[in-house]
Amino acid sequence: MKEETVYLDNSSSTKMDEEVLEAMKPYLFEKYAVASSEFGYSLGIKAKEGLEDARSTIADNIGANSEELIFTSCGTEASNLALKGVAEKLPEDKDHIITSKIEDFPVLKSAQRLEKEGYEVTFLEVDDEGFVDVDELEDAINERTGLVSIQHGNQEIGTIQDVEKISKICDQKDVLFHTDATHTFTKLPIDVSKTPIDLMTLSAHTIHGPKGIGALYVKDGTDIEKMMDGGFQENNRRAGVENIPGAVGFAKAVELVNEEENQRLKGMRDALIKKIQDKILDTTLNGPAKDRTPQNANITFHYVEGESITLHMDMRGFSVSTGSACFSKSLEASHVIMGIGGDHERAHGSVRFSFGRYNTMEDVDRTVKAISEVVKRLREISPLGKDK
Amino acid sequence: MADLPYTEKVIEYFKNPKNVGKIEDADGKAKEGSPACGDMVSVYIKVDDETKEITDIKFESYGCASNIATGSIITEMAKGKTIDEAKNITWNDAAEELGGLPDMKTHCSVLAVEGLQAAIADYEEKHGLVKDEEPTTEKVVEKRLRHVMNPMTGLDVVKTDLIGDIDVEDGVISLKVDLAEDHQFANAIKEDIMEKLEHLWDIDDIKIKFAED
Repeated sequence: MKEETVYLDNSSSTKMDEEVLEAMKPYLFEKYAVASSEFGYSLGIKAKEGLEDARSTIADNIGANSEELIFTSCGTEASNLALKGVAEKLPEDKDHIITSKIEDFPVLKSAQRLEKEGYEVTFLEVDDEGFVDVDELEDAINERTGLVSIQHGNQEIGTIQDVEKISKICDQKDVLFHTDATHTFTKLPIDVSKTPIDLMTLSAHTIHGPKGIGALYVKDGTDIEKMMDGGFQENNRRAGVENIPGAVGFAKAVELVNEEENQRLKGMRDALIKKIQDKILDTTLNGPAKDRTPQNANITFHYVEGESITLHMDMRGFSVSTGSACFSKSLEASHVIMGIGGDHERAHGSVRFSFGRYNTMEDVDRTVKAISEVVKRLREISPLGKDK
Repeated sequence: MADLPYTEKVIEYFKNPKNVGKIEDADGKAKEGSPACGDMVSVYIKVDDETKEITDIKFESYGCASNIATGSIITEMAKGKTIDEAKNITWNDAAEELGGLPDMKTHCSVLAVEGLQAAIADYEEKHGLVKDEEPTTEKVVEKRLRHVMNPMTGLDVVKTDLIGDIDVEDGVISLKVDLAEDHQFANAIKEDIMEKLEHLWDIDDIKIKFAED
């Protein structure tokens, strides 16, 4: 009876593309050996070729050299490696790190960990659309600052930071710059040969690639300490047998993205936002109207709670997520919504819709219809918003 | 849809909540909110002045599934009972009636029970049935904290020994929470404790200490 699920949580993870699986298969069943040097046996050499081809495809996409890319187990590991690995190698008089309040957890928690270990960390405020004030950032840099980490696109509200400008400021002041590009990689142009980014987090499973593989771009000459001890893989910067099928799948996923698809995501995003705003009263768009990642829409439906919305939507076959405290594993409201000056109430009824390759305009219409019904129903039983 | 963490009964009451709405000429009403999770619930009661029986009861919810389901069940349970009987309905009774609730969600569901208690208290106050305000003692603090849930167990923070060294002196309550300050639930529990204690009439300050790690 129920139609197929409409999956609108692509910023959490995506469905893997079939072509990605096909690309991975030979490295699971034929060339499954561990990558070996040219002095090893043939199977290992072939595996190594697959790994290096994948590395070069991904590196090309961001304007990097192959050697500048370290494969990791996921984006979280890449960001951990970026912050902790760099911090450990910073000279003793560089003990100040700058980041923002609305970073995703891998950066935020790594920064908090470093703070505990004695580093001074500045968590920059953002404005009501989630933008870091570039002048404020520049002012926050002092002679002790060793690293700045500002994300490219926000995970919840889609705000795109001006990494171009920020990276140039850092470059001028001789401070390392890391950006978490998990939510913008392949969706927005990023070229490290033109933009002075020193470290960048990438992930595969948010672009229809496999789970369990990510990468950290580390500009040549950037000193970084190994976090995972063991063998000499990844140029002795990340130990552990390489996830070659994952890397190959990651590269395939990168190849499959095209500009047309990104335009299509934008179209669905804008249609959804407009239709919801036209149809439902008392909503607030979280994050900016422009300079927003192509896949992301985030809207607060006032007077109702997010977990109730997601549950009702799920019963109707729609997957969405919320910044409500009731939904979170820590019982805390979204730090992003709170960070843009929102209150508990704004986080409470916030819903994130994130689009991917398999969504259609028809999904948008069905979603708008379903969310209208759900919000109407929940508002009927809410004590709030009745006075108007 | 996959298996949900909720029982069928919770889902049924969530989908089709009972006794929803507002009573315009309520004899007692209350609005309770949880600072930690943001949920809110309003409860309205009509009470027969002679028999002290709750003749009608309605609730409104700005909350999650457990909050809505508990509001439904608690209003069904209270209807037809005297206010003294209804006062004895506990969160456990409601949870049992629902076939259980996830521990993490006690927070939001306790609110509905507190809403009912508060609506009864409101009725009693308006009808001159309350005793004088008692001074805050360690015992009073402990009693209040029995309404703060430990999200790890679903039981209250007193019962689960999460709170220690309660002291009340010169309008200042101090207590210790046996959790590291950066624990997953530290902030949520702290906000809840503050909410339960900061409105006590003779209290000016609350000092909460967390465990060293």
